[in-house]
Amino acid sequence: MADNGSKNKQSQGKGELVLQDVTRVFRLPGMPSCTTLKNCSFTVPRGSLTVLVGPSGCGKSTLANIAAGYDHPDSGKALINGKPVTGPGRDRIMVFQETALWPWMTVMKNATFGPTMLGGMNKAEAEQRAMALLEKVGLKDFKDKYPAQLSGGMQRRAELCRALVMSPQVMILDEPFRGLDVMTRELMQEYLLALYRETGLTMLFITSEIEEALFLGDRILVMTNLPGTIKTTVEVDLPRPRDFKVLATERYRQIKSEVMESLYEEGAKIFTKLDGAGDLMGSCRAES
Amino acid sequence: MNPYIVLGLLLMAALAVGAWQQKKKALLYEISWGHQIRKTLTSKSFLLQLGGFVAFILTWEVTVKTLGLPWFNRLPGPWECLLEWLSPDPAYGISIYTEDYYTHILYSTYRATTAFVLATLLGVPMGLLMGWSRKFYDYSYPLVELIRPIPPLAWVPLAILILPGDEPAVIFVTFLVAFFVTALNTLLGVESIDESYFRAARCLGADKRRLLFDVVLPGAMPFIFTGLQISMGAAWFSLVAGEMIAAQYGLGFLIWDSYSLIQYPVIVIGMATLGVIGWISSAAVRSVGRKLMAWRERELFGA
Repeated sequence: MADNGSKNKQSQGKGELVLQDVTRVFRLPGMPSCTTLKNCSFTVPRGSLTVLVGPSGCGKSTLANIAAGYDHPDSGKALINGKPVTGPGRDRIMVFQETALWPWMTVMKNATFGPTMLGGMNKAEAEQRAMALLEKVGLKDFKDKYPAQLSGGMQRRAELCRALVMSPQVMILDEPFRGLDVMTRELMQEYLLALYRETGLTMLFITSEIEEALFLGDRILVMTNLPGTIKTTVEVDLPRPRDFKVLATERYRQIKSEVMESLYEEGAKIFTKLDGAGDLMGSCRAES
Repeated sequence: MNPYIVLGLLLMAALAVGAWQQKKKALLYEISWGHQIRKTLTSKSFLLQLGGFVAFILTWEVTVKTLGLPWFNRLPGPWECLLEWLSPDPAYGISIYTEDYYTHILYSTYRATTAFVLATLLGVPMGLLMGWSRKFYDYSYPLVELIRPIPPLAWVPLAILILPGDEPAVIFVTFLVAFFVTALNTLLGVESIDESYFRAARCLGADKRRLLFDVVLPGAMPFIFTGLQISMGAAWFSLVAGEMIAAQYGLGFLIWDSYSLIQYPVIVIGMATLGVIGWISSAAVRSVGRKLMAWRERELFGA
């Protein structure tokens, strides 16, 4: 973590995240053991924005937790730049589903918390860097506010700043825009793309929304139902920078239907399992 | 000085405090001062508050004096107590003009404050440690849960045996109650902190010290202050109990002593004084808490 100090900016944010044969079984007393992930392997290439989509409850968050180092696989491993992940570290920053800004710190204090950690930069330097990021996401005038004084969208932006200011090797975003209204969400996606374009950071973005995945990603990894593993990888070769016009292109629709087909197959399996209502699959397809 | 003059002065002081608060509110809502005062005086909640006081005093007066119900008729009426409290020449030797009155208050306040400060200094770290370290929790929690339910008065004999003199014994008993309340609320506070706050800190590379001072302590702060308010109240009640048994001064002693000497108005004076002091002390804790948790205040008033 400390080996890439702030001087070497070029190599920063270009980490490679690899998951190899990751299996995770949850055992809770009084319940049958649950294999959440089974032999799950994928690579997030350097500087790519890879999106992970999957039906809800398929182990997406478990995967994120393993990549971030909060959880440990029962077998297999997660690697950052070839080095195995053993715990949370400053080279991988995770952005959570719910906002995890500390409510007792101002936006600026939140953003400079990481950089001023032991062995980090001094306060002035950290504030300068945080300021540059806050300015980019339009939070310059809100730096001395507490999170509770910000709107939901502003909180998410502040959280992105808190993560980006660390210039991590890999950024893991676990459904970061969930719970935001549609307008704010679209705005956030554009902010994220702008930040991605400028930093060239390696990002693993987890979502359950196909549109979001298509709009953001270079590649889309589609997960299966439990036990979760990667079902297909879809390359999104839509040109960047993307804006809403991309939604109208033929290529967009092609990729979307490809992803949807694969996703609904998984979604329909749950229903089939429940009551054998196989024709649900057909109705899902018709919708798309 | 005439008791009526003192009464007038007290009323004026209360009015001044009230007016000052009204002015602050008027500034907040950006309306004129007079308008704000009218708004408050005619507000339902103010009338109800006033009604509560009036109903209480009236019930007291009627049961004790007007009707003179059996048993109740031995008690002093509200007016009698008030006059005695404000009298420059009190019939039973205790009023706001006598030195003794303040000696009792000072003794009690000193004991309660000492116990409260000690309980905070030891209780907060104890609670943090219990919430922080699973090992320490396992080690201490069952013991705490066994000792905590022992009523404070049960400790008095042992405290007197162990500690030199009555004074430390009374303080110890007071401390004990406040300590457990503070420690357990702090523990609850640490446990209440959302896991994601810890996760965020860990992935941003927080060391243990920063985690403790920047996440655990502020995160537990709301519960700690709730605990401190309760512990302040608990300290006063066990203090008074302790003073009734083993002390030569203090409001608890005064109340019990007046009972033995059949000086009933003094009992009421002691009780009313405890009410006022208890209210002031918990208001003080609350206002310190508000200052320390500005982020929460804004949560309530904010955008």
